Amino acid sequence: MFRDLLIISIGAILVQNFVLVQFLGICPFLGVSKKVETATGMGFAVVFVMACASAITWVVQELLIALGIEYLQTIAFILVIAVLVQFVEMFLQKSVPSLYNSLGIYLPLITTNCAVLGVAIQNITKFGGLEYSFIKSVVYGTTAGIGFTLAIVLFAGVRERLESSNIPEFLKGMPITLITASLLSIAFMGFSGLSF
Amino acid sequence: MEILKAVLAIGGMGLIFGALLAVAAKIFEVKKDERIPLITECLPGANCGGCGFAGCAAYAEAICNGEAKVNLCPVGGPKAAAKIAEIMGVEAEEDERMVAFVACAGTPEVAKNRFLNNQDIDCHTANRLAGGIKGCTYGCLGCGSCVEKCSFGGISVVNGVAVVNRNLCTNCGACIEECPRGVIIRIPYSTRAAVFCNSKASGKEVRAVCDVGCLGCGICAKNCPKEAITVENNVARIDGSKCVGCGICVEKCPKKCIELINKTAEIKVAVAVKKR
Repeated sequence: MFRDLLIISIGAILVQNFVLVQFLGICPFLGVSKKVETATGMGFAVVFVMACASAITWVVQELLIALGIEYLQTIAFILVIAVLVQFVEMFLQKSVPSLYNSLGIYLPLITTNCAVLGVAIQNITKFGGLEYSFIKSVVYGTTAGIGFTLAIVLFAGVRERLESSNIPEFLKGMPITLITASLLSIAFMGFSGLSF
Repeated sequence: MEILKAVLAIGGMGLIFGALLAVAAKIFEVKKDERIPLITECLPGANCGGCGFAGCAAYAEAICNGEAKVNLCPVGGPKAAAKIAEIMGVEAEEDERMVAFVACAGTPEVAKNRFLNNQDIDCHTANRLAGGIKGCTYGCLGCGSCVEKCSFGGISVVNGVAVVNRNLCTNCGACIEECPRGVIIRIPYSTRAAVFCNSKASGKEVRAVCDVGCLGCGICAKNCPKEAITVENNVARIDGSKCVGCGICVEKCPKKCIELINKTAEIKVAVAVKKR
């Protein structure tokens, strides 16, 4: 059991990193990675949403199977995610207004963040042969969120340094950002050699 | 039966989540400044960004937070500023009203195009094409890109040169931003005279390409009794706050590129441009 969970965690954080290997959730990855602080905030918001979404969608999936209407998966999952994001938004606006302001439009956009829907869908397609359960779903969701946080915080660190470096005129702005992201992605490809 | 199951399941989920969110909304309710919507109502709602904020709502919020003055809205002008000041309980300070001004009188007759004429293309293309289609590299191309950018109908092309209607101009800066040549500048609304040239080239070069271009000779500056004129970078500029509108510079200018203007300036300018 513990071994399985470890494999899932390492897999979600490094080997199958959501952003850098599976290329899910690129929108907030590029949008909110200008400062390490906001990137961290965004990362934790995603961790929370992913963990809760994993837990709730597992229950919802069981319900759908019991009723024999699994084809409604996507819409049901999106509903759950939308509600969770709304909740996080309200919570942040009340408790951490500074973070709420700096996340801006990207916070409600977690709703349509494919990484969150991706984690929910991947949960029910049984981690490559491993039997799937509630605990594994939650662990996968949480660690996938941590993987997202890791990627976005690393990237934000790089971008902060880019601010003060001498970049050729034609690469300024988005081009250098995309090149950096691809280099980071290549670096993460190295983890694909990890196997248990 | 199948469809009923699906509708009930998803509908039921929606209902439960909706109820939960409603409760959460009550718990996490955030009290907002009541003045923000009131101030937003006083603003024109064009979201033009002339105040320096992302839009009217963002400006209203900045006012409430004390980060912005009440008179920054160029479109609403003193009227909006007075209303907002009333809401905020402060005095509105009136800034000198500024308007955009096209510093060029070089119609195609007096400042010839090297090739093409200006109806066919937009200003940016005209400016890039082999160093610009106009002989003068500083003057108005008259292709009207600024006309399209103006949300208030305050600028038009007359005889191949853009002209600002001073009474419609709100000083939002859209045309200034758009102009690829930087020939549009800001001058005080109350100014009495202005130099219709932007050419920073030397006198010799100006004479070669334009009959009404400022040579930077400085005769106007020497003769101005109020010392309101300075010549910088080969072009004369008039300080609107010092100018009294005596008209000496207009007479002395060898190229006749200084004009007296008054409140109906746009009409006068149009006539003046036509005469040349």
